[in-house]
This record gives sequence, structure tokens and C-alpha cells, in this order.
Amino acid sequence: MEHTSLLERILRGVALTLVVVFFMFPIAWIFMMSFQTNETILRIPPQLIFEPTLANYTALITGKLVTAAGTLDIAFMRNLWNSVFLSVTSVAVSLLLGVPAAYAFARHKFRGSEDIAFTLLSFKFAPALLVLLPLTLYFQKLGLANTYIGLIWVYQLICLPLILWIVRGYFEDIPADIEYAYRIGGHSWFATFRKIALPLAGPGIAAAGLLAFIFAWNNFVFALVLASADKQPVTVGALAFITSSGIQYGQISAAIVLSITPTLALALYAQRYLVEGLSLGAVKG
Amino acid sequence: MTAATTQRAGPSGFRISKRVLPYVLSLPALLVCIGILIPFLTSVVYSFQRYRLSQPWARQFNWGDNYISFFTDPKFWNTLKVSLLYAGTTVVLELLLGLAIAMLLQKRSTLNNFISIMLLMPLMTAPALAALMWKLMTNPGFGVLSYLASLIGLQDFRWASSPSTALFTVVLVDIWVYTPFIMILLLAGLRSLPTQPFEAAALDGVPRSFVFFRITLPMLTPYILTATLFRLLDSIQQFDIIYAMTQGGPGDTLTVFQVEAYLNFFQSTNVGRSAALMIILWAITYFLSNIFIKNWLRLRERARGQA
Repeated sequence: MEHTSLLERILRGVALTLVVVFFMFPIAWIFMMSFQTNETILRIPPQLIFEPTLANYTALITGKLVTAAGTLDIAFMRNLWNSVFLSVTSVAVSLLLGVPAAYAFARHKFRGSEDIAFTLLSFKFAPALLVLLPLTLYFQKLGLANTYIGLIWVYQLICLPLILWIVRGYFEDIPADIEYAYRIGGHSWFATFRKIALPLAGPGIAAAGLLAFIFAWNNFVFALVLASADKQPVTVGALAFITSSGIQYGQISAAIVLSITPTLALALYAQRYLVEGLSLGAVKG
Repeated sequence: MTAATTQRAGPSGFRISKRVLPYVLSLPALLVCIGILIPFLTSVVYSFQRYRLSQPWARQFNWGDNYISFFTDPKFWNTLKVSLLYAGTTVVLELLLGLAIAMLLQKRSTLNNFISIMLLMPLMTAPALAALMWKLMTNPGFGVLSYLASLIGLQDFRWASSPSTALFTVVLVDIWVYTPFIMILLLAGLRSLPTQPFEAAALDGVPRSFVFFRITLPMLTPYILTATLFRLLDSIQQFDIIYAMTQGGPGDTLTVFQVEAYLNFFQSTNVGRSAALMIILWAITYFLSNIFIKNWLRLRERARGQA
């Protein structure tokens, strides 16, 4: 590293620029498209300079799309709300179920503990449709088809393994001696869990929750198979939108921008924990 | 025995036996396990049945027929071929690109850290939405990439709508989304490597290709393996990008396992064939995930040890 020649530094600079352009360009371009009217979007060659308009966003937020052919109702805000509701609730349920289990797995080596943990992990890597397709038939019989409860239940497949494995790692990092000392002081198991273990693993739990939220938000196939239009999150809704609205490219871009902003913002906020979370605790960031 | 353990549970708080406590805590996770296992077993049963949603009366066990028919079914071989081709191409390209970028960003500097955070953005974009973004950019009418392609002489480059370039296009989207994943894992790996071997090599004036192949790569291997297997497991099951981009088309160019199973289930309502496809995919991923989990555990132990 010490003796880098000028040529090498230039080459590195060029390579890095290309990398940044390749990975940033699509986001920047869609962002720009979302502030353009259809007219400027369709102009060839594509314009870098244009008069920005908020019309696409107002159309999405008011749910009324005024076209030459008449007014069109768009339910995109509904999709956005579904995404928020499904992701937040699923993560909350997952944390409620997963954190105590993670604690049990970290602190007690009991019969079957590794089996349960590994079954959950191995199903994280199993094809989603393997479980989803029979579930559609079951859900129809159980009356869970196209309900929030059914969807939240299925979303546990995404969130629970993630939370269980990440949080378990954080609990394992806490020296057991601290907890023993507190227990010897005459405190119950629950008090120890609440007063010692939870606060110490707090950042890890928050990180796991954020990551689970991102994964739940970005999920596509679960809702595609199990939800109809009124329960669909943005990932499925945007796809339906692109076919139903036909050529409203400005609004589609605006819808995409609104759909990806929450996860991008969260990721930037929590980037410190992402490496550890994405590798399920195998790589420290 | 139970009385003794209950007493040991402490003077205050809940009097739950120490033996039972972990089971109580992990019960919900256990229930979710069962909730996954039931549909999984149902899939196994379906895969041995002649079962079409359109003809529920004709539903009966045909045992291995769904599987045996695959041998003579060109559509199945196409599915297998496209899935392996997709997984192989994406993983190899992402690994090479991810390693290269990680090495470019290895030195800790404000600019490098900033870029590596920026590169997280594609990874955090929902793959289905990423596919839509690329679909807009490759639109033959106004897509900026179609325009750029025409500038370099590719006048009629059809991207995902032509059978000859469809695979290229979805692989490109996959690379855009998932290269940062490999990059950040390898970057964390590179930055955690001990510095002494590199300092020693620099003192001895060892050529840099030698340092790369004999020091960096071997020490990075566990990270590379974990990242690769992670991606391979994901990539062979890719659904979101391909479905959102082309729904498996044009024709059956991109009918990878999950897309083919989805189309079989919802379009031709052939539940039996769909389930058999999923079982085969599951067998492949099960095999891969066993190798993966072993390697991942080793790396995890090491990370915990360093903590």
C-alpha cells in the first residue's frame, strides 16, 4: 500500500468512479424521473435538465390520477400503509416471541434446543414457495386467506429466524457471571432477564429488529401469493400499478421512490449493524 | 426431583422449574417450526399426487409419476438448466466484482467508508422494486439504458423482452442488488485480517500478486465461502427479480424453479407438478445449506471469540 504509483492511483480512482456510477445511477435516475411529467420522460434523448414537478407525488397521495382519458383511482397509499402495518406488526410479534427464545438458546443448553434453532435456520434457506403454496390452500380452509393475521403469521418465517440468531449471538456475548452475580443477590430469573440481559443486548435487539423490518418490507413473494389488492404491500402493489396504469411512468417512479425510501433510510441509519446482521452474526462489522 | 429444582428457582418471582423454563421460552419458536413443517410435509404429499385444482375429483396418489415424468420433460430440463446458469453466473460475477470492490475500499478513509455505505443502497432496495426500476430504464420507448445502448451501436437492444438477452438483463439486476452483499462481507473480512503477514511481505519485497494469492486469498477463504454459499442458496431460488421483470418469459426463457412452480400452481393449476419441483429445489438447497451452516458456524465461533 505504501508505494502506490500515480498511474495506480488514477486507475483506482477510475474504477471507484465506475463502481459508484453503476450502483448509484438507477436510484438517482428513478428519483429524477419521479419529478418529471410523462412528456419530459418520453423525450429522446433523455433530459438531464427539466422543470421539476411534484404532480406525480400529489397524484399518489390524493389517490386521483388525472389523465387525458379521465380520472383514475390509485390505491398506492393503501399499499404503503399495508407495508408499514405488516412490517411493524410482524417485527413486533417476532421480537416478542424471538427474544425470550434467543435468551433460552443462549443461556440454557437443553434437549432439542439446537434442533429447533437449526430447523428455523434451515427453513430460512428453503424455497419460500415450498411452504407458501400448500399454505394458500390451508389458508382458504381456515379463513386466513387475505387477512392481516395470516400475513403476519407467515411473515414470522422471515423475521423470526433472523431475530433468533442475531439476538442469540448478542446474549452469548454477555458474560454469564454478571447474571449469576445478580441472581445470587436474590433476584428472580425474570428480574435478571429484564434488568441485566435485555439492556445489555439492547443494541443487538434493535439492530435485529431494524433488519427484520427491512426484510419484511422488501418481501415480495409472500404477499404476492397470499394477499389480494387491498392487503398488498408496496412491492406487490407497485407491480400491479405498472400494469394497471399503463404509461404513467412519472407516477410509477414516484411510487418506487416512496417504496424504497424507508428501507434505504433505515439502512443508512443502522449501517453499523448491517454486516453482522446480514451474515447472521458470522462476520463482525 | 421437580420439587428440588423448583426450590432452587429462587425466593422471589416466578417459580418455574429450571428444567422447564427454556422450553417455555422457546415454545413460540417451536410452534413456528411446527407451523412450517406442516405445509412442508403437505408439499411432500402433494408431490406424490396427481392433483390439479381444475380437476379436484381426479386427485389421487400417483406415487413417483410427477418425478419420473421430469426425466422426459424438456421443460423440466430447461428449468434446471436456467436455474443453475442463473445461480452460477450471478454468484461468480458478484464474487469477482464484490472482491474487487472490497479491495478497492479496504483502506479505512472517510471517502472509502462513505462509498461503502452508499453501496448498501441497492442491497436495501426490494429486489422486486429493483427489477421495476431496471424495467423502466430499459423500456424500448424512453428507457435511458436503451438510449445509451443505441449510442454505442446497439440500435435494437431488447433487454429483457428478447430471449437472447433476457438472462443477461436479469443477471445484471441481480448483480446490481447483491454485489454489495458480498462486498460488505468481504470488506469486513479484509479489515479483520491480521496485519503482520502483510507487513512481513512488504519488508521482504514480495510481489503483490504473490501476496494476493498466497496470503490474502487463503486468509479470506472462510469469508468468501460464507458469502458465496449465502448467495448461492438465495440465487438458485431467485423469484422476485425474474418474476417482476419478465414473469419467466419471454416464452420459457427464464422459468427458474420457483417461477416455474408458481406458474404451474397458479396458471396450469397443476399442484402435483409444482410441489414436486419445489421438493427437488428443496433437496438442492438442503444439500447446499448443510455445507453452508457448517462453514458459517465455524466463522461465527471465530467472530464470537474475537468479540
